[in-house]
Amino acid sequence: MIRLEKRPQPSQAWTAGSPLLAVLLTMIVGGLLFAFLGADPFETIRTIFWDPIFGEFAFYYRGQLLVKAGPLILIAIGLSIGFKAGVWNIGAEGQYIMGAICGAGAGLALYPSESVLIFPVMVIAGALGGWLWAMIPAVLKTRFGTNEILVSLMLVYVAQNILISVSTGLLRNPDGMGFPGSRNFKQWDAAHNAELIAGTGMHWGVVAAFIAVIGAYVLMSRHITGFNIRLTGEAPRAARFAGVNPARIVFFCLGLAGLLAGVAGLFEVTGPAGQISGAFNAGYGFTAIIVAFLGRLHPIGILLAGLLMALTYIGGEAAQTTMQLPGAAIQLFQGMLLFFLLATDVFTNFRLRFGTKGVA
Amino acid sequence: MDLSSINPVLLIASLMVSATPILLAAIGEMVVEKSGVLNLGVEGMMITGAVVGFAIAVNTGSPGWGFVAAALAGAALSLAFGVLTQFLLSNQVATGLGLTLVGLGLSSLIGKPYEGLKTPTLPKAEIPLLSDLPVFGKMLFSHDIMVYVSLILVAAVWAFLKYTRAGLILRAVGESHDSAHALGYKVTRIRMAAILFGGACAGLGGAYLSLVRVPQWTEGMTAGAGWIALAIVVFASWRAGRVLVGAYLFGGVTVLQLNLQAAGADVPVALLSASPYLITIIVLVIISARGAHAAPASLGRSFHASH
Repeated sequence: MIRLEKRPQPSQAWTAGSPLLAVLLTMIVGGLLFAFLGADPFETIRTIFWDPIFGEFAFYYRGQLLVKAGPLILIAIGLSIGFKAGVWNIGAEGQYIMGAICGAGAGLALYPSESVLIFPVMVIAGALGGWLWAMIPAVLKTRFGTNEILVSLMLVYVAQNILISVSTGLLRNPDGMGFPGSRNFKQWDAAHNAELIAGTGMHWGVVAAFIAVIGAYVLMSRHITGFNIRLTGEAPRAARFAGVNPARIVFFCLGLAGLLAGVAGLFEVTGPAGQISGAFNAGYGFTAIIVAFLGRLHPIGILLAGLLMALTYIGGEAAQTTMQLPGAAIQLFQGMLLFFLLATDVFTNFRLRFGTKGVA
Repeated sequence: MDLSSINPVLLIASLMVSATPILLAAIGEMVVEKSGVLNLGVEGMMITGAVVGFAIAVNTGSPGWGFVAAALAGAALSLAFGVLTQFLLSNQVATGLGLTLVGLGLSSLIGKPYEGLKTPTLPKAEIPLLSDLPVFGKMLFSHDIMVYVSLILVAAVWAFLKYTRAGLILRAVGESHDSAHALGYKVTRIRMAAILFGGACAGLGGAYLSLVRVPQWTEGMTAGAGWIALAIVVFASWRAGRVLVGAYLFGGVTVLQLNLQAAGADVPVALLSASPYLITIIVLVIISARGAHAAPASLGRSFHASH
């Protein structure tokens, strides 16, 4: 008989090893899935994981890697800090949308100014927008004890309705001949989040993501706030006795996640997306949840996980065009990755024992 | 605005139809949570049920088989959740979220060939005599069979939890898994059964959406219905009767806002479309502000016999 035995201490090897094992298992099961869909599994896996970096058209795809990884990492960093504290903000998608709307709105109000201050103002407005949207679940949780999972998620749907409304109303391009969508930021230099180094995909959002990774690392491992956050997550009662104010932790975690998601939205809408439109958000807010877990809620891990997840996006698009693979297959693939990670995670805290020795 | 175009009899009749998917999913999730497990994957199981039910109904020409297949599909997904959380002791919140993401991807993959197709839908099962009553007949007693099934299910769950020994054991497991284990009950096995039941119910709810309510398959068609079902369980303070009230209240809001949109009410469309979600939030706030928490004490905690 097989049973699990609790390890006295979490295994270091498995903490690092289980994401790799999860990726491997996902590739195997994903390959079977692709074979079932009528595609050559080996070629598909190569198209998704290898070709974007080393293949024939890698010069194009490599740039896309940072473009996609930037917002994922930025959002996931914010989420991971909350998850560490047991604050389950799953509405990053809504905070991302509201950040984009507020930032773009602040910019468009000043159109057609070419002042150098335009872009910083937009970034601040974007951060505020995301922060405010995250403050709603934070206030409701601390004041009334309302479940933040449900509230933050409901607000995603509200944000989506606001997005559709402003892209056909308030923020619609007055010169757009009645088409929905705002002015295109790519044609307005002062507000355009352009590539900083041509061909690399490096834009201000990616820079912000790297800064967030370093900031989160310092916060979580070197600062008392980070310690309090971890303490609150692992032993809420101990944290209370140590004088940690749980409400402040909730405000901090949700606020930071909202702020980062908000700027991610602003950088996306002024850069790769180009304009506010009904469907500019690509679900990064939800994928970032997978990134956060895949990265073990650790900043460096999230950096790597964000790049890996960006790779599945790009490879998935490539497989869609070259191999006629349905786009949803990639979404399923990403979901499976999270599942396998959670499954292999058990070996971090438990070890397998064979035989019936002892009482279970 | 022409409010007279809103017919109260039709409003209540369509309220029951629009509430049924959420009611089915919510009553299933309530049983899961009563056993101490928080499955946040309702949305994923619902949408998978919706697409599988639709596909089978189109292929067999029988909505009945569609519902059966949807229940099985929902249960199959919840089995994955159960194995991960009960045997591999993964975090229930993360696993539930993962289940939703998997379900959304899986459903759009399966559903691609079925977009825009028509499905045979359930006939109205008019209850003899009662359906001939003047106003109430049309309002309450001339629905399709699944509306009555959902109501019977609520009554059955209520009676099961309140009056049966098995129901008592299920609640005991949810309140204190360690004590239940010490008494010799198979915590993991009981929880697995509850999880499977919840999955089947969510699948049925999804199928009702794609086979009766809409009836069509479109990607992401559940649009948060699974999450609202979760909210209704909280709203109901884990009581079957209140789940019914919550679901019908919510169904009423949905139908009313659609009617107001159609009647050209002088309210922004975005606000009306967002109103079900906003009202869910408001209701959650009111419930939590009253402090009437009746959550099962072991809700969301992993159980391992070594503790």
